[in-house]
Amino acid sequence: MPQNKHRLELEEIAVQLRQDVIKMLLAAGSGHSASSLGLADIFSALYFSILNVDDRLILSNGHACPILYATLIKKGFIQKSDLKTLRRLDSPLQGHPHINTNIGIDFSSGPLGQGLSLACGMALADKLDKKSYRIYCITGDGELQEGAIWESAMFAPNHNLQNLTWIIDRNNIQIDGYTEQIMPLEPLRDKLEAFNWHVIEINGHNIDEIISACNMAKSIYERPTAIIAHTIPGKGVPEMEYKFEWHGKAPSKEIAQKALKNLRTLEGQIESDYD
Amino acid sequence: MTEFKSTREGYGDALLELGENDPNVVVVCADLTKSTDSHKFAQKFPERFFEAGVAEQNLAGISAGLALSGKTVFMASYAAFSPGRNYDFIRTQICYSNANVKIIGSHAGFSDGPDGATHQMLEDIAMMRVLPNTTVISPCDYWEAKKATLAATEVTGPVYIRLYREATPVLTKKDDVFNLGKWQTLKEGVDVCILAHGPVIVEVLASCEQLIEHKISAQVVNASTIKPLDEGMLLGLAEKFKTLFVVEEHQKAGGLGGAVCEFLSDKKPTRVIILGADNSFGESGKYHELLAKHKLDKNGITEAVLKFNKSTN
Repeated sequence: MPQNKHRLELEEIAVQLRQDVIKMLLAAGSGHSASSLGLADIFSALYFSILNVDDRLILSNGHACPILYATLIKKGFIQKSDLKTLRRLDSPLQGHPHINTNIGIDFSSGPLGQGLSLACGMALADKLDKKSYRIYCITGDGELQEGAIWESAMFAPNHNLQNLTWIIDRNNIQIDGYTEQIMPLEPLRDKLEAFNWHVIEINGHNIDEIISACNMAKSIYERPTAIIAHTIPGKGVPEMEYKFEWHGKAPSKEIAQKALKNLRTLEGQIESDYD
Repeated sequence: MTEFKSTREGYGDALLELGENDPNVVVVCADLTKSTDSHKFAQKFPERFFEAGVAEQNLAGISAGLALSGKTVFMASYAAFSPGRNYDFIRTQICYSNANVKIIGSHAGFSDGPDGATHQMLEDIAMMRVLPNTTVISPCDYWEAKKATLAATEVTGPVYIRLYREATPVLTKKDDVFNLGKWQTLKEGVDVCILAHGPVIVEVLASCEQLIEHKISAQVVNASTIKPLDEGMLLGLAEKFKTLFVVEEHQKAGGLGGAVCEFLSDKKPTRVIILGADNSFGESGKYHELLAKHKLDKNGITEAVLKFNKSTN
């Protein structure tokens, strides 16, 4: 099945992205492992299947930028040799993203809860100019504790920004612990629906579900769409999976080597998710 | 007869011109559309006006998004709330990204008198001038506010324009040329020099009349562009005068006075005496009562100059 082959290619890309994320974080000696790894399947699907040239992606939880940089390297916007400059002086790969349209970074982010506002402004401009671009905004879940998120969550449906797709990386962790222990977000779907969003819940590691949800969002004309993507923080590196301690930590050399070896031989295991 | 008009009206009228001439100009407000005098634009160009509701952080975020998509954006609120409330959004989404957003901070200084300390803003210049990529302007009257608003669109990047609620005397003329970054000598003098910005310049000029009776001739400079400083003129003034006075409706810390000191301490150390809010908040009262209480009315300014003169003679 051609579609199936496509899915396998995207899964393979996600593995490569995870490998680059590990290498990048190891070289930097600091950075955010859990969300960068957890978002790899979503970035693979977005950048290698969903996004059109003029579409824009805002990564509001800027600390997950290693996965963005790995993706832009794979896309050819950023040179492969820059991979080891993450968080280094004079590098385009800042610890949190700084706008640089030459290498495909259309925004700055870092302080949480801001990207959705920015995305709303861009979606508004595109509607005003009668263009048919789409704006994708990825936020974390702990980030939803920022009040400003709900300012923009109120704004987007009011202006019927159906060209905006909001993807929430629901990995249930934040720096201090598990979201539901720190400051519960549930019932999240109800909250978003009460704010008048069209809500889709998916397994954020299932390429087909990611693509299908993004395509459905395009077909909803009445409201903007929020995709709650359930993910495993640190996905692909067993030592890190599900552990909030890996939110803001880079792997040691030992863990990185083990992780890279595991990732190289992991295709069969990921594929088994679909069996 | 002196004509009275507010600086916010100057901004509102300039917006109408900009809306007419530049289809790229959009305006975003946060439930203070009429108060900031943005309503005339909103009525005439409804498709290019956006209401953020009572949400100043989102106001700044969507303004940045519109700007990064090629729009020239004016975002208007009270200075107390923007930049007061949404500083991190302004810092990251507007200044760090160098987004083409013009930030309109109205009801600044003591001009929102009766509303009290929460709505008056005496820290905005300090906040906005320390951010990289910014231009900061505090127009002294209607015409200057109108011209500053037009001139702000010639800068690609963030511009902060400080506006005032009160209708204040129109000091400049329609045909006067406004050059962004250039100060204007309103009155020549030989004994002391007073730099000021905003409508409080009216009090400075009135103080000069009193000082003449004490045989003191004061020079008055309208320092409406606070960032970048008019360094050439400032150096010239420091050559000519031993002491410079700065009068502003702002904390003594961090405003024009602070900017002047930072520059001169390196280039030409000069004594600078700053008149402003002395580490204190405002309170409810009429605009002029507040100026008087904080010794920023003509009597307060005259008193400060005389006191200094006495101590040095």
